[in-house]
Amino acid sequence: MAELKYTKDGRLLFTKEMRDSYTVLVPQMLPIHFEFITKALSLEGLKVEVLNTTHRGIIDAGLKHVHNDICFPALLVIGQMIDALKSGKYDMDHVALMITQTGGGCRASNYIHLLRKGLKKAGFDKVPVISLNLSGLESNPGFKMTLPLISRLITGVVYGDALMWLSNRSRAYEVNAGETDALVKKWTTRLSDEMSHTKLPNKKKVRENLLAIARDFGALKLSDVKKPRVGVVGEIYVKFAPLGNNNLERFLRSEGAEVIVPGLMDFLIFKVDNRVEDSVIYGGKAAKKAVATVLRNYIIGYQDLLRECISYADGYPVPARYADIKEMVKGFLGYGNKMGEGWLLTAEMLELINSGVTNIVCTQPFGCLPNHIVGKGMMRPVREAHPNANIVAIDYDPGTTSVNQENRLKLMLANARRALERAEAAQDASAPEEQAAEPAAVGE
Amino acid sequence: MKSLGIDVGSTTVKAVLMSESGEMLYKRYERHNARVRELIGEILSEILEKFGDIELHAAVTGSAGLGAAERAGLPFVQEVVASSTAVEKFLPGTDAVIELGGEDAKIIFFGQVTEQRMNGTCAGGTGAFIDQMATLMDITADELNDLASRAEKLYPIASRCGVFAKTDVQPLLNQGARREDVAASILQAVVNQTIGGLAQGRRIEGNVAFLGGPLSFLPELGKLFVKTLKLTPEQARFPKDGQYFVALGCAVESEHFEPLRLADVAARLAAAEDITVTSRLEPLFRSEEEYGEFRRRHATASVDTVDPAEYEGGAWLGIDAGSTTTKLVLLSDDMRILYSYYAPNRGDPVEVLREQLLEIRKITGDRITLRGSAVTGYGEELMCAAFGVDSGIVETVAHYTAARFFEPEVDYIIDIGGQDMKCFRIRGGAIDGIMLNEACSSGCGSFIETFAKAIGYTTPEFAKLGLFGEHPADLGSRCTVFMNSSVKQAQKEGATVADISAGLSISVVKNALYKVIRVVDPEELGHHVVVQGGTFLNDAILRAFERELGREVTRPAIAGLMGAFGCALYARERGGEESTLISLEELEQFEHTSSAARCGLCGNHCTLTVNRFTGGRRFITGNRCERGAGASKRSEEIPNLYEYKYKKLLETEVCENPTRGEIGIPLALNFFDTLPFWGAFFRNIGVKVVLSGQSDRVLYSLGQDTIPSDTVCYPAKLVHGHIAALAERGVKRIFYPCAPYNNTEYEKADNYYNCPVVAYYPELIAANMPVTKTLEYLNPYLIYTRKGFEKKLYEALSPYYPDLTEHEVKHAVKLAREADHAFREEIRMKGEEAVAWAREHGKKMIVLSGRPYHIDPEINHGIDRLITSLGLVVITEEAVAPKGSAAPLHVLNQWSYHARLYNAAAYVATQDDMEFVQLVSFGCGIDAITGDELRDILERSGKFYTQVKIDEITNLGAAKIRLRSLVAAMEARERKAVSVRG
Repeated sequence: MAELKYTKDGRLLFTKEMRDSYTVLVPQMLPIHFEFITKALSLEGLKVEVLNTTHRGIIDAGLKHVHNDICFPALLVIGQMIDALKSGKYDMDHVALMITQTGGGCRASNYIHLLRKGLKKAGFDKVPVISLNLSGLESNPGFKMTLPLISRLITGVVYGDALMWLSNRSRAYEVNAGETDALVKKWTTRLSDEMSHTKLPNKKKVRENLLAIARDFGALKLSDVKKPRVGVVGEIYVKFAPLGNNNLERFLRSEGAEVIVPGLMDFLIFKVDNRVEDSVIYGGKAAKKAVATVLRNYIIGYQDLLRECISYADGYPVPARYADIKEMVKGFLGYGNKMGEGWLLTAEMLELINSGVTNIVCTQPFGCLPNHIVGKGMMRPVREAHPNANIVAIDYDPGTTSVNQENRLKLMLANARRALERAEAAQDASAPEEQAAEPAAVGE
Repeated sequence: MKSLGIDVGSTTVKAVLMSESGEMLYKRYERHNARVRELIGEILSEILEKFGDIELHAAVTGSAGLGAAERAGLPFVQEVVASSTAVEKFLPGTDAVIELGGEDAKIIFFGQVTEQRMNGTCAGGTGAFIDQMATLMDITADELNDLASRAEKLYPIASRCGVFAKTDVQPLLNQGARREDVAASILQAVVNQTIGGLAQGRRIEGNVAFLGGPLSFLPELGKLFVKTLKLTPEQARFPKDGQYFVALGCAVESEHFEPLRLADVAARLAAAEDITVTSRLEPLFRSEEEYGEFRRRHATASVDTVDPAEYEGGAWLGIDAGSTTTKLVLLSDDMRILYSYYAPNRGDPVEVLREQLLEIRKITGDRITLRGSAVTGYGEELMCAAFGVDSGIVETVAHYTAARFFEPEVDYIIDIGGQDMKCFRIRGGAIDGIMLNEACSSGCGSFIETFAKAIGYTTPEFAKLGLFGEHPADLGSRCTVFMNSSVKQAQKEGATVADISAGLSISVVKNALYKVIRVVDPEELGHHVVVQGGTFLNDAILRAFERELGREVTRPAIAGLMGAFGCALYARERGGEESTLISLEELEQFEHTSSAARCGLCGNHCTLTVNRFTGGRRFITGNRCERGAGASKRSEEIPNLYEYKYKKLLETEVCENPTRGEIGIPLALNFFDTLPFWGAFFRNIGVKVVLSGQSDRVLYSLGQDTIPSDTVCYPAKLVHGHIAALAERGVKRIFYPCAPYNNTEYEKADNYYNCPVVAYYPELIAANMPVTKTLEYLNPYLIYTRKGFEKKLYEALSPYYPDLTEHEVKHAVKLAREADHAFREEIRMKGEEAVAWAREHGKKMIVLSGRPYHIDPEINHGIDRLITSLGLVVITEEAVAPKGSAAPLHVLNQWSYHARLYNAAAYVATQDDMEFVQLVSFGCGIDAITGDELRDILERSGKFYTQVKIDEITNLGAAKIRLRSLVAAMEARERKAVSVRG
């Protein structure tokens, strides 16, 4: 075991010595993105392992070690880590944990503290925990947010979003089963390898890669069968993590739907943009605002790039612009609504509907406070503005059985199929006169 | 071609065969008792017999039908789709459908787009809920309906989930409320749950059709719906065969699928294999021998008995008037049991006890002198009043006294009764920590009972089956309402009744261990664990418990009688010559009447139930304080900062000669903290503030139908009522700013957020309350401690007050800051005074902490008065917080209200005569963080940490036990300190 060093407040530090000899465990959230994120971390000298476990023991470990009234994502993430430590797979003297901290007014910022409490209860208080954040919370000698790391994380998110977006489409319509997965595999491997050689952001290179990806996906043979298109929004963890949402995407696909999951980039921009908006709403130092604006626009630059390249992939929709999404939520919520997913969650629903995806699953973890407001709380005005919206809120908690969730999802899907049938019938009827009828707008 | 629809619900199977023209040729409705496949087989052979092997369309629907359909390869129709199809076909012109099933509740809105809603995971069952309540009253659902038809008044019963409702119903029954009224109140709770929880803010209007079993069989339920929704007789549609509608719709929908031969359908269903997804666990016992060994070990913890006919001398009576059962123990001078009794209350505990006391008076006769008696449990006060029991003691003390008899070194007691779970840690001979189950996991013992009954077994039979279940189903460890769904899933996958029985036992145990006690390591529980309560008489549960704990425990042979036994021991310790219990003659002539009344002693106007007994004794329940019960006004003198602060806020000075009109302010959430500031601000710009008034159930119901999330905390739900109340008062303008940040009161805090609900609820109100569109609703984002706040405020207000100048705003803000400071200073001073008063009068103090809005009596349900009635002074956390400093913390201290809690707890930890009680609103996940941290701060200094969870439930029973136990523990600690010093 490395020498244990503590801060004045008694926090166990992750030292340089640990960096060289410890394995760092990271909970899974976005399978494609995390390939790049772990690669970026490993280039900082960390030995990283993503936890892909999914068995029931994770929930049990969470229930045992975290207060049961805490929100479901916290319970899962912490449960997954403690479960891993208990598995016997790791050398307890050479293992550390890493967790993100968003720094907002939501409980998510406290995960790391709850994790430490859980570790203490379980007798793992010599295991250091590293906070991954952009707010300057908690520093460690063995891990710093370096410029190459930040740059790689951002490109990792760009690549992840591109692959997730395109593969979600092609997986639903691919003629030759398995082609999509092979393509994703090919690109994650290639891009990870390439990361080793790029230290500083190279937008030109990113563009080249994105274009090649778009070309590859554009060349896949897709069928023109009509499928109900279902968007997924919600609290970030249960929206993305298969462990959190009982493999929602897989279920929706098995029911014959095309799944649309808005990417991580918007969330990233949103978090930075909040600092800009804060100074607009409440006033504040001009310098702070300027720094945040530069960073926001820098990331938006990558989103523009992503959109441009995806537009070259034939047969694929182009993700929305952050600025457009932000505009849509006007009249629904203010830009000061920033805790958790804040106004972005509502905006994503509106964007989906506007782009013709009227069927939406709003994932709602047990105990998520912001979701009361921006999820369930906004259903009414969203439905009023879009009477054709077919939204279902699905609750996720340790006790809910999949049968209950699936029953509700099936109801949403039945509605979706009906709407699709009606739209097709209407289109058939009006086909001679008007070819380009927008499916979502017809039939209601 | 004919079509067949099979609706497999959670408790029943409905099947219909429909002709081409939509006529019902065959129908059957039957409970399936978890034997789904067999029952469908029976039904199909019946149809085969009648109609032959015809070609038809067939499909399956229903919450439990999915698995069956998948395995048999038959078409499945989502049940809400089925019922909306049926309504469109058979009841055209319907605007909305309310359909209640065994465990599901659905609303379908027709219109431009068909909108369908099903109950969420937290809403509990409906038919199952009524069954459960009927069982509680020891009647059938039909009898419940019958009783409800003769109701005179309604009691408020929590409408969120079955378990909460039970917590309301039980005390009503125990306290002698009219059964007719209780029955109707139960049905009304279902109505409220459907309208408040399910409609999620959409009004149910127009032609409404009522479908499903409960609405078909319980006409009173339908009547209450019609009344509550204010429907005309023409608008309310109760179709004949409403319970078959889903099956009918399924038959209609089946026409979309390929035709099948009937025999083929039957064959497919018969051959459908069971697949297993639910995890299975180790069996409880592998053999009869193993079980025998277990039985022998536990038989050693027993107490001697003696035949009363052969005994002469004194006797001591202990009574445990529990929530669902009454228990009695009669003890001899040498601590042998002369007589004992354990039976359900049958909804009339007074009569049950009267019969038993008669029996005891007869047994004792002249040879045995009844020297003393004691009573504990939910019915403690009622029984004291009714029968003149010598003393009443809090349950925790009774159980500890009893446990010590069997295991003198006991350091942990776990008691699982009908609907309560109690765990106490004993340290140094005193109760050191108490954990009661929160409202959401109660009912575990009676859950097994209800479940056994529902599938046609007695509880002992059902438990016995579980002992040898080969593959117990893993049903999870959460609230019992959720378990219903897990059971459904396990059944779907073909688990046997034995497996489910064993699985339920294991779940109950896991609930107790991981949800209530939250144990990680059995070491935490100590080495001498005594388990008791009626639920532990179930060997399956005992076995599961020892297995989960990994150690052997003591279960006294009289596990179900421990409360009563403890009372008898207590009475014996207390001594005496002749009990005050009423005599044989009095018992024979005993009469008990109850009537409703309204308390007029304060503004709450509580609904009271007055129980009168022979001999002029009476007992009043339903009031929130001791005043209506006839207690002296003495507790009024005891300082109560909750009451003081609430009054001060209501009396906020307003501008009497406004130059700029009125503005409405909802007295809810963060206004409990910021009203002194805003009140002064508006006063100084010549605007008259109109407050929404005091919260109560009526105000709540004004806005109930606009609440979009039924799991948000009660304080947030109340905002809807306050806004509606303001609109009713005719204000034209409402001010309710968004407040993501609070004051930076403590520099050491990491940040100063409000919780997301407090921060953004104003936006939710704007989105969900149409009334905000008909008046001016101001909800700007404001942080009044930020630099530049005055300018932002000016910008927010100037569109509405064009003549307002920035200078005026600046000036008014300055004065408002002073007023805010003065208010806080006053509360702090008042706190000092209260402390001085307490010390002068030798009283203990409770720092009753929570969120600022917890001072609202509708939110705290009068817990502050309950505390003063126990002779304790109530102080708020903000009054003492400035004196304490809780750094360093183990959490990110980023919410202002929490920083106060930590600092207040740190201060209490240094004061001998103060205790800390935290109020936590159900659904406040943020307090999952504060609760643990506060416990740490307090226990480090050897103090008790007491948490009281509150919701819409108006019953204070559980809170009272908790607080009385705290008082008993404080006294015990003090006695010990004295004896050490002496």
